[in-house]
Amino acid sequence: MSVSRFLLCLSLLAPGSGFAQGFAGLGTEADGFAIPKPSYRLQFPADHGAHPDFRIEWWYLTANLEDENGESYGIQWTLFRSALAPGEAEGWQSPQIWMGHAGLTSPTEHFSAERLARGGIGQAGVTLGPFAAWIDDWQMTGAEDLSRLDLSASGDVFSYALKAQAESPLILQGDHGYSVKSPEGQASYYYSQPNYRMEGTLTLPSGPVTVHGNGWLDREWSSQPLSENQSGWDWFSLRFDSGDKLMGFVLRGANGADDFRSGTWISATGEVTPLAPGAFQATPLGQAEVAGRTVPVRWKVQLPEREVSVIVESLNPQSWMDVAFAYWEGPVTVSGSHRGTGYLEMTGYE
Amino acid sequence: MVLTVSDVTKTIPQSGQERPILDRVSLHLGAGKSLALTGESGSGKSTLLHLVGALDGFDSGEIHVDGTRLSALDDSGRAALRRSCVSVVFQQFNLIPSLNVAANISLQAKLAKRYDPNWEDQLARRLGLTPLLSRYPEQLSGGQQQRVAIARSLAMRPKLLLADEPTGSLDEETGNAVLALMLELVTESKTALFLVTHSQTIAAALDRRLHLSTGGLT
Amino acid sequence: MTSVALLALLSHWRQHRFQLGALIVGLALATALWMAVQAINAEAKASYAKAEGFVQQLDQQNLVSANNTLTVADYVALKRSGWPLSPVLEGRLKVGGQWVDLIGLDLLTSPQIPAMSAPGAQAAEGELLISLLRPPGGLIMHPQTAAELSVSELGLTIHLSDTVPPGSGIGDISVVSRLLAKPDSLSRLIYLAQDPPDRNALEQLPNYIRFTSAQNAAIEPSALTESFHLNLTAFGFLSFVVGLFIVQGTIGLAMEQRRGLFRTLRCLGLPFRHLVVALVIEIAIIALVSGLIGLIIGYFLAVSLLPGVAATLSGLYGAEIENTLSLRPQWVVSGLAMTLLGAAIASSYGFFSLWHLPILQAPSTQARGQQVLRNFNGWALLGAGLLALGGLSLIFLGGLSGGFVFLGCIMLGSALLLPFCLWHILRAGQRLTRHPLGHWLWADARAQLPGLSLALMALMLALATNIGVGTMVSSFRLTFTGWLDQRLASELYVTARDDSQGAALEHWLEEKGLRVLPIRSQVLQQPMGQITIYGVRDDPTYRNNWPMLEVLPDAWDLLAKGKGILISEQLARRRNINLGETLPLPQGWPNTVLGIYSDYGNPHGQAIVSMPQLLRNAPEAENQRFGLRLDPDDIPTLIKEMREEFDLDRESVTDQDKIKEASKQIFDQTFRVTDSLKLLTLGVASFAMFTSLATLWSQRLPQLGPVWAIGVSRQTLAQFDILRSLVMAGLTALLALPLGLVLSWALLVVINTEAFGWRLPIHLFPLDWLWLIGLSLLAALLAAALPAWRLFRLHPSTLLKVFSSER
Repeated sequence: MSVSRFLLCLSLLAPGSGFAQGFAGLGTEADGFAIPKPSYRLQFPADHGAHPDFRIEWWYLTANLEDENGESYGIQWTLFRSALAPGEAEGWQSPQIWMGHAGLTSPTEHFSAERLARGGIGQAGVTLGPFAAWIDDWQMTGAEDLSRLDLSASGDVFSYALKAQAESPLILQGDHGYSVKSPEGQASYYYSQPNYRMEGTLTLPSGPVTVHGNGWLDREWSSQPLSENQSGWDWFSLRFDSGDKLMGFVLRGANGADDFRSGTWISATGEVTPLAPGAFQATPLGQAEVAGRTVPVRWKVQLPEREVSVIVESLNPQSWMDVAFAYWEGPVTVSGSHRGTGYLEMTGYE
Repeated sequence: MVLTVSDVTKTIPQSGQERPILDRVSLHLGAGKSLALTGESGSGKSTLLHLVGALDGFDSGEIHVDGTRLSALDDSGRAALRRSCVSVVFQQFNLIPSLNVAANISLQAKLAKRYDPNWEDQLARRLGLTPLLSRYPEQLSGGQQQRVAIARSLAMRPKLLLADEPTGSLDEETGNAVLALMLELVTESKTALFLVTHSQTIAAALDRRLHLSTGGLT
Repeated sequence: MTSVALLALLSHWRQHRFQLGALIVGLALATALWMAVQAINAEAKASYAKAEGFVQQLDQQNLVSANNTLTVADYVALKRSGWPLSPVLEGRLKVGGQWVDLIGLDLLTSPQIPAMSAPGAQAAEGELLISLLRPPGGLIMHPQTAAELSVSELGLTIHLSDTVPPGSGIGDISVVSRLLAKPDSLSRLIYLAQDPPDRNALEQLPNYIRFTSAQNAAIEPSALTESFHLNLTAFGFLSFVVGLFIVQGTIGLAMEQRRGLFRTLRCLGLPFRHLVVALVIEIAIIALVSGLIGLIIGYFLAVSLLPGVAATLSGLYGAEIENTLSLRPQWVVSGLAMTLLGAAIASSYGFFSLWHLPILQAPSTQARGQQVLRNFNGWALLGAGLLALGGLSLIFLGGLSGGFVFLGCIMLGSALLLPFCLWHILRAGQRLTRHPLGHWLWADARAQLPGLSLALMALMLALATNIGVGTMVSSFRLTFTGWLDQRLASELYVTARDDSQGAALEHWLEEKGLRVLPIRSQVLQQPMGQITIYGVRDDPTYRNNWPMLEVLPDAWDLLAKGKGILISEQLARRRNINLGETLPLPQGWPNTVLGIYSDYGNPHGQAIVSMPQLLRNAPEAENQRFGLRLDPDDIPTLIKEMREEFDLDRESVTDQDKIKEASKQIFDQTFRVTDSLKLLTLGVASFAMFTSLATLWSQRLPQLGPVWAIGVSRQTLAQFDILRSLVMAGLTALLALPLGLVLSWALLVVINTEAFGWRLPIHLFPLDWLWLIGLSLLAALLAAALPAWRLFRLHPSTLLKVFSSER
């Protein structure tokens, strides 16, 4: 499908031709796009909305769920925004492109679906007062402070409708929401709501299932997500039974460059500690053949300063998001020094 | 015997009636021998020659050519016999106008897959055709054409050579010369010759003579 | 054995090179015309298939609005309620004086189109997509279209792909909506799911939006173009048959001349089967060689005809085809197969006679005359049968196919009757002539008839085709010109840039006291094809000039009162609607048919309502074009004033004459192919006559010898030869005339009505016939000239030979 190549070129992974220019003048504007600045302080609710001057942005919710029989599930609801050019325009002339991804995982099945739309005509977007993010008939709506959300999405053979209730405040990742992504200084604005209580219904080919569980929302926007020397990332959001939470990511180095590792520790009491570069460690333990490529689906994750040494294992190794720009995303279970559940996202495995 | 004709009868339709043209005709001819068949016009001598040459069918009796029963042959069998065993020299020469002399001579031998260049050279030389080999029939005189026809009929070494008034289109002098050559070659190659003519002079030059008068031999 | 025989057979041609040449040229010509037509058809069909394949992907199932008022808001609302849709915006754009059809797709949601992944596309897929999406964006066009248009004017990146139908540009909807200045409207919404929507979903649609699937949409152009290609094929086949007449004559002669050779070969012991095999191989070799030559000629013929065909198709049916010809296996193979088949048919009679050839006696030449007459009688009987069959097919089969069967039967039947008629005419001539030499001349002509009859049949068919097609085209042109005069009654036509300028222009013109006739219309998408509905003001211009075919007495009054509609002839025929009946239209439109008018050259349906009715049902109809009634002397002043006042460019103001001129040009271009084919057919027929006369030459010497011997000079004989050819050709031309008229009647009244949807009155053009008769006489003169010249130069000894070599 041609759209995949396009999206690839556009922004998510391979830097476009305009990127080198932006890289050379780091800290200024790339291709006319705005660049995250460390000095900026996030403003809510305004920053829950879209930032069309930045190249990319997402509203990313994952949840670990369980039905009445204790069967585990995971869902993903994501709205990506990707701009051909900075700014917004009327109607078809809008340079903003929206992409929705929905995933539903059980231990034996994994479903994914995707929607594409252009900004400007109302087919997709994010508005405030009250909050609404949507693409076609998928939506995530709720309170302006994101404390309460209703979300729904559907594919050819599955759908879900869930309610989310925040049980703690939003947390800012990195330095007050300024999250550095490479040694060269690429960065994004990044904040999360790691603590939603979820309930609702999943509709599988076999029928509807009532579920409840925990959800995690990530909000991130930027113009330069990856450096030229990075080939992909492995992103972990882990929720320990102790109530502590760990977000950690590895931006894998390419062309001989080192990996870039970072993360955030969120204590059970809601205290947020950015991790020092390199403190978070993740080592692949086991691979699986997924969609014709080899993907690590079993990991050892360590954070020595918090005495975390756990095995992270996918609920369903075949959690492949078969969308235009394909990647692995699915629920995981945690065992070892800490027990718990979480979500794992892996991109850039060719 | 190369040729045995026993009690052969042939009728042809004429004015709605079957008219007998040959009535219980019998004759025989040994290898290397020659036989002249004379008779008036319409006596059936050409018809007999056509029967012997497997060009036409007969009503009753039997003809053996080199041991083959002609009555038992179908069309392709007769064609095979004509190709390999019997040759005919016609009064009208029947050369192929679009082929040159050499090609005309070798035509039948090639059809019979019995092409022998040495024998053909010899024939051409004996018949005085060597300088004419690349000419076309229309560039030849009557006598020359008939010599080509004789060369063609002998080229495949037939057991039996049939000749129907071979000198009929030629003036007397040329005719005699051609006839003499033919007889010489026939004798040398041990070919039986069955010749139809109305000329007693020519008939006299052959080993045996038979006269056909309205249906019967005398 | 067979090869020896084959060489002996082939040696014949070394002495008959002219005959061989005639055979090869005849077969090659027959094949060439056939192949050219096949090549054109194959190319056109490939173009349609490509266009249809393109359209099909985008056109299988759609949501459309009954009166073309689909908006982006409709689309978004449907998307947000879960409909799997992708929007399409289509429209025409004038680029540097030429129109291009733009197709705007939402490239984010549209089905994959071939142009995006075809190797022909210049850029890699992803880059192509970005270039199409990122402002200023781009368009994908067929290389031909890009070459014809001044694309630089658009300021876009143009990508080339031959998967895009010619005359179109495809791009992202953002680009197309900007170019067409239609930010809010959409043409249709492609339904993306495999299964059609369920009843529930359909019920939720707004009442002005309908779901359509390709199955119930009429594919009009393909039905129309089908008939055009049938026409072309018929032409090609006719030429092929004419060519076969040449071949049959030549092969028959070659068989005749080689009887002696066949007999000798069989005497020498060649089995009959081998002889037949050798002959079949011989003919196959000749056919293949001729076929290959024909292929080459056909290719170039097709290359030269194709632009005309393309013009015809786009002019008559609005179907665009590519202008370049590629060597397609289907027509190469079909062409060569036709050559072989044709050679087989043409030689079948020769083989049949070979079968009966005895080894021994020569065929009797005595009963020839009687035999020939019996043959002619048999042919005539068969011909009469075919004529009857043709009549029956018209009555019982009907329709387009009935028309074509009728044409075929009449043509072939008349051709078969020709020798019989000529024979009797010549005999009557002989009886009426007292002069002995004249008497001989008639008799000799009769003796020549068997050898010439095939060529004369070919000539008659070619002439009749010329008369028939010529009458059709000329009648059409005359009618068309008259229709243009009626239809373009306004002296001046103005096009405004947009609706607001249109309103201003209208106001300004009316203030000047001019009669302004706005030309506004609305396109309705109907299950049976689109209809363009025009609104007209109640004005004498229409009442006095509109080209009505059938009309109710007070039609214009009723129309003005909004009580009915006028429809085009095509629409009436297609829907089978008569005066007073109703045309099915969406609610609100007046639909009682008050009159039917002619609308030549338009593949789509058209109708007229009163202006208030149009505006009531389609308030958004563009108001940009106007017809103006004024004194022709005032035109230059008005144009000048208008341009100054409204800054109109040159093309926005057109006077009547210019439009008429352009229309006539399009018309003439349309029928250029027919003209070429007409002349080519006549050329082939003349060649047939020439070869027949030339091959008869040697056979005629025995007949001329005695006449020469009794004291007629060679010069006189040569003159007689020419005279005889002229008489035969002239008689044939006269006999071809009624056939041609029947043909033109069938083309105009039967075929045209069925294929195009309009019926044309027949106009006769006797001067054209004279010209054609003259042309056929010229052909006969040329054909007879060479044999006559040879006769004139003949050495007496050759004539003397007749006596010496006769046997």
